[in-house]
Amino acid sequence: MNNNIVYALYDDDDILLTSVKKMKEKKLNVKEVYTPFPVHGLDKVLELKETRMAITAFIYGCIGLTFGSVLIYYIMISGEYKSWPMNIGGKPNFTFFKNLPSFVPVLFELTVMFAGHLMSLTYFYRCKLFPGSQETSPDPRTTDDKFLVEIEHENFKEVEKFLKTTGAIEIKKKDDK
Amino acid sequence: MFQLNKKLHFTSISMIVIGLLSLVIGFMSDAHSTWTNLLFNNYFFLGISLFAVVFVAIQYVAEAGWSTVFKRVPEAMMAFLPYAGIIMLFIVIAAVMHWNHIYHWLEPGIMDPNEPNYDKIIAGKEPYLNAPFFLIRSIVYVIIWIYCARKLRQLSIKGDLEGDIGERSFFKGLRVSGWFLVFFAVTSCTAAWDWIMSIDTHWFSTLFGWYIFSEWATIGFTTILLIALFLQKTGHLPDLNDSHIHDLGKFIFAFSIVWTYMWFSQFMLIWYANIPEEVTYFMQRIEQSNYSFLFWFSMVINFVVPLIMLMSRDAKRNKTILVIVSTVILIGHWINSYLLFAPGTLFEHGHLGLIEVGVFLGFIGLFIQIVSRTLSKTSVEIKSHPYLDESKHLHT
Repeated sequence: MNNNIVYALYDDDDILLTSVKKMKEKKLNVKEVYTPFPVHGLDKVLELKETRMAITAFIYGCIGLTFGSVLIYYIMISGEYKSWPMNIGGKPNFTFFKNLPSFVPVLFELTVMFAGHLMSLTYFYRCKLFPGSQETSPDPRTTDDKFLVEIEHENFKEVEKFLKTTGAIEIKKKDDK
Repeated sequence: MFQLNKKLHFTSISMIVIGLLSLVIGFMSDAHSTWTNLLFNNYFFLGISLFAVVFVAIQYVAEAGWSTVFKRVPEAMMAFLPYAGIIMLFIVIAAVMHWNHIYHWLEPGIMDPNEPNYDKIIAGKEPYLNAPFFLIRSIVYVIIWIYCARKLRQLSIKGDLEGDIGERSFFKGLRVSGWFLVFFAVTSCTAAWDWIMSIDTHWFSTLFGWYIFSEWATIGFTTILLIALFLQKTGHLPDLNDSHIHDLGKFIFAFSIVWTYMWFSQFMLIWYANIPEEVTYFMQRIEQSNYSFLFWFSMVINFVVPLIMLMSRDAKRNKTILVIVSTVILIGHWINSYLLFAPGTLFEHGHLGLIEVGVFLGFIGLFIQIVSRTLSKTSVEIKSHPYLDESKHLHT
């Protein structure tokens, strides 16, 4: 079914960026771009949706802060149902609010830890990265120093001619499997 | 060419008049609190103009390109440094001559065991805190800061006239900046000790210099942003794009948090340890009813407002939000500067009133006048600079 896919390989990020711009102008269907490092401005050219990672980070931070507050409340503050009241270092009393300055480092660290760890797990989930996962890039050289553009085409000859003018170093059809 | 519009010109001149009137009324009614008033307002604007020099120097040393298009803004702010420096030296000389009583350790006889007001702890600090050394230090800081600021400004203008990419002046400026930053790293700390921390002579805090620097950085970035936005609105900075504003917003956000970090580190250790000689500093600020509200209020608005309002990417690119947050932060840090000085000199008599606000307005007016006059001397747009092209194409 997908035998009308063509791979164009580039060896420079600037050339890649201008080529993708030209492809977009020619209304070619650019399916995906594989790069060894983030290329500045490529997301805008490809009209990618803005990441929602920042929102998840905020939510995870809030979860961490809540978890930290509950944890520290049950550890440090006395009460009928709480386990073990502790009064260390001359803190004024057994209320949460008045002892807050000494809890701030704990709350801060838990917020950062939750945000950081859950964000990397989210990242792995979104990129489908797990032990034993298969790589999605069609060419292993994109993990080294080459840039690959995946284009859907109707007429291979025409597209090949056009891609050659943009400075692609290698153009090939996707192998039928 | 930049020209201050008539309305703003008139407003700033009337602000200066209000400031001068406030000073006259203040000195006639309550000279002691007016000295403190002048000192803390001057400290605030000294911080803004001095941080502008630091900002320019850091851009040179880091060979940073992003800030080049609005380089004239911090350079114009640097022009206020001589004024703030001279007022600072005037206050210091007045303190040494006993015209004012801001610095308790300058009182005659306080370091003499035979006098009734002998203070053993203050006498122990005599090798550092003595009038001649204090005076010499203050003069050295101010003169070298002003010299570096003038030199950087001259080299920047020379680079613009040099044509091509202005490479020769750039490398000269890099050398000046390097020396300035080394000097500033030490003197920002010692100046904070001399002019601010020595008011509460018995008390000391080892991170006080960084605490003051983080405050200077916050108000400095805020002022750079406000002036840059104003110039963009009046059409003098066509190359300033959203990415520059976004980056300045990031710095305001980051330094607000650095300031809070310093504030909290200083507070928490003293609060936790609860040692009598250390807690006096916070007792004066928290237990006394005339400062306790301002103390918590300034901490909250300097931290919570930028944290909540500037957290998202869109907010840092929204000019309305940025202007609101910047104004709130400037007011918050102004209140915080008051709390650095007043509790140690005025004790329970200090009040943040109309005279303080009047002097603040006077300083704002003078600042607007000096900055706009400097901006109108040269073109606001940079013509030749090694990183000009990079800066024009900044996108984040």
